[in-house]
Amino acid sequence: MARFLTADAFQEVTEKRLEHLPFRFERRDGDYLVSNMVGDFVVLTHDEFDRLTNLRIAPGEGLYEKAYAAHLIARQGQQVPHQLLALRLRSRMAFLRQMTPLHLFVVTLRCEHSCPYCQVSRQSTDRSRYDMSEETARRALKIVLDSPCARLKIEFQGGEPLLNFSLIEKIVLAAKAAAPSAGKKLDFVIASNLALLTDDHLRFCKAHDVLLSTSLDGPADLHNKNRPRPGSNSHELAVKGIRRAQEFLGADRVGALMTTTGNSLGRVTEIVDEYLRLGLDGIFLRPLSPYGFAVKTKQFRRYDVKRWLEFYQRGLRYILAINNAGRYFPEFYSALILRRMLTDRPIGYVDLRSPAGIGLGALVYNYDGRVFASGEGRMLAEMGDNSFELGHVDTASYRSLILSDKLIDVVASSLTQCAPECSDCVFEPHCGADPVYHHATQHDPTGIKPLSEFCARQKGIMRLLLDILGNEPENAAILRRWAGM
Amino acid sequence: MLPLNGIATAMRGYDPAEPRQVLRLRSPTSCPEDCDMAVVHEADDFDSAASSGFVQALAVSDETALLTPANGFPRIIQVPGKFGHLADGDVLGFHPASKRFRTLYRRSSTHNSFLVTERCNHYCLMCSQPPRDVDDSWILREIRDAIPLVDKQTRSLGFTGGEPLLNWRGFMAILRDCRDELPRTAIHVLSNGRAFASTEVVADWASVQHPSLTVGIPIYSAVDTVHDYVVQAKGAFDETVLGILKLKNSGQRVEVRVVLHAITAPRIVATCQWLARNLPFVDHVALMGLENTGFAIANDKFLWIDPMDYREQLAEAVHVLAASKVRVSVYNLQRCVLARPVWPYAVQSISDWKNAYTAECDSCDEKPRCSGFFTTGRPRYSRGIRAIRRSVAS
Repeated sequence: MARFLTADAFQEVTEKRLEHLPFRFERRDGDYLVSNMVGDFVVLTHDEFDRLTNLRIAPGEGLYEKAYAAHLIARQGQQVPHQLLALRLRSRMAFLRQMTPLHLFVVTLRCEHSCPYCQVSRQSTDRSRYDMSEETARRALKIVLDSPCARLKIEFQGGEPLLNFSLIEKIVLAAKAAAPSAGKKLDFVIASNLALLTDDHLRFCKAHDVLLSTSLDGPADLHNKNRPRPGSNSHELAVKGIRRAQEFLGADRVGALMTTTGNSLGRVTEIVDEYLRLGLDGIFLRPLSPYGFAVKTKQFRRYDVKRWLEFYQRGLRYILAINNAGRYFPEFYSALILRRMLTDRPIGYVDLRSPAGIGLGALVYNYDGRVFASGEGRMLAEMGDNSFELGHVDTASYRSLILSDKLIDVVASSLTQCAPECSDCVFEPHCGADPVYHHATQHDPTGIKPLSEFCARQKGIMRLLLDILGNEPENAAILRRWAGM
Repeated sequence: MLPLNGIATAMRGYDPAEPRQVLRLRSPTSCPEDCDMAVVHEADDFDSAASSGFVQALAVSDETALLTPANGFPRIIQVPGKFGHLADGDVLGFHPASKRFRTLYRRSSTHNSFLVTERCNHYCLMCSQPPRDVDDSWILREIRDAIPLVDKQTRSLGFTGGEPLLNWRGFMAILRDCRDELPRTAIHVLSNGRAFASTEVVADWASVQHPSLTVGIPIYSAVDTVHDYVVQAKGAFDETVLGILKLKNSGQRVEVRVVLHAITAPRIVATCQWLARNLPFVDHVALMGLENTGFAIANDKFLWIDPMDYREQLAEAVHVLAASKVRVSVYNLQRCVLARPVWPYAVQSISDWKNAYTAECDSCDEKPRCSGFFTTGRPRYSRGIRAIRRSVAS
């Protein structure tokens, strides 16, 4: 029997020198948070971090093992560390293979609501002026079906899209007729306040697998304050609509979204309770929309981020308690970020990706035929800023829209992978570019991130989630379940 | 423990100069092909074998007198009575010069595996089959002769070593034979995976297009130095993991195996976290209790760890993999040393011929589902071995 070599014999680093792999870090109170190229987090002490950066590391001491397993270091000549990072990055970015999966049709700008946070609706009965024409819809649909993605979602928005339901019917039927020869699978969603929902609408939705998505801001008084309409009964009608849709289409065929306003900030538990009461399968605690006050006042109100994060944290704690009591009820935004942090599944969520989701993830066909790179881009245009108008259905093709200089310039200049403050941010692998937001608030698609509420919000949420994952085993188990683990 | 290999006590009609032979055993009343020999237990069997047309017989008996009435029978090998389990459908390799025989295949077993070579480019601290640097290329020939004799209904067949892919071209020929001769038989190959760092080897492996072929490859740690130390080969980690990536990139089935001992078990959570994050696409992960034989005995003093001392870490490791949707099993560990949540993952993994239970097991309600113990080498028992009574367990 030959002699066995001791562990020391395999720990010499003289013959194959150590080298760094790309990593990002953030100095915290007592330690360093470090993330590798694909966003696995490691916490190091000051001393460990110092040794890591100087490569004063030797196998057998613990730090080498930690840093090697986390792809922070490798030995020269090794292939595996690079190959693993490459394939994981490829998986994480694979959403780019699905070019423009989402298409939003603004079938009318008319609405019977007059929500102050909405920049786009019109209280008008003038059909000819604010409804999408059949010709515009037909041209838009051609662009939709020219998108390379094999599975496409068409979402009808407004205004209140049910006010132009006959056009929705025509688009759905025409799209379904054209889909097989174009080799596409289609999903349909109507984003409606449900106030005008009729049995005919439901029957059509059922017959053609159309999902409903509605707005529910919380309990009646809050909802009605946020969403005024004649009769002050928006909440009553939305709840009635949700219940009818659940009953007629199935519980999983109707979803609700909330918008946080200043009035919501102290009332997150009531808002969550309202979602629970209606049997909805989770809640998306959405941030304050910047396209009202933030844009108009042109102020970077960090104070609001702080208050919103408090709101979010209170809400998340409350939701975790509900889950701990035995009811599976995810907060969808954390679930999304957790999937990014805990898995390498490609997440192409339009509002949190880099390259940005504008155009590449979604296109918006306005009632008047103008095509925008995002819903927010359309809102900016209503305020006189056409930066995100990519063309018009009369003249544009899918190619001309996606390859327009306007879009490419904005996407390229907002990449988190190379933007200042983003490229070396420890949270970059889980974050995204929001050029429309930064254009709106800072007149620059890249933005100065220390002044950005978007940045402060993302970091705030991710720090909170990391804190829970690291320090609260019971809640961490719930978060992992939300991530699909 | 079932004896599988031995020396014939008597041999008649074989010339010691004859080459190695691969022989299939049949009952004396069946209709023989060229390579078939009748299994004979008593004198009357010779007559029926002769009338069925057999010219070869394997006499299983300690009684030398058994051969006397068989004077007319052309070719006879006699083996001791302890090989009484040899039966119709089994396949033996026989070397006339040394009168040595090896059981290559037992039809009644679900754990058949062929040793492809004793050579290896690893020298694992706990190797249960210590490698020998000898020219044993004749084994490949013997296996190729044996494959056509294996029952077509066999559910699965293993290939082990040594490192079966050291002579990878020769081994691929065996895989092609399996594909053609045994299309319904799942094939499981144990390899250290380093050969698959070569794109050429992976391409050839994939080109076999076997309907059910899996390779089990060990990764002992997420850290290169630790893995290399366990397998006693510098640079092994990089080649092995690269091999796994190339196999998966070609759509091949890969199982990762981690043997648990005092070097690997304390870090098993970190290893499995690393597997879950970096190789979640492997088809199966087997976390395996140590077989205390071969080098494991020599290195006992720094390899032995009582499974009770890594019980909680193992439970966490299994949870980490299962939560990441990685298929995971625990091999070779008894239920009484496993945390309750691990039970559904614990498999009766020990090959039948070397599997046994202790006296304590007789009163255990979980025995029918328990892996039991290895009988090979110098078995060591955990302090946690204790009969489980359902009333207590529930």
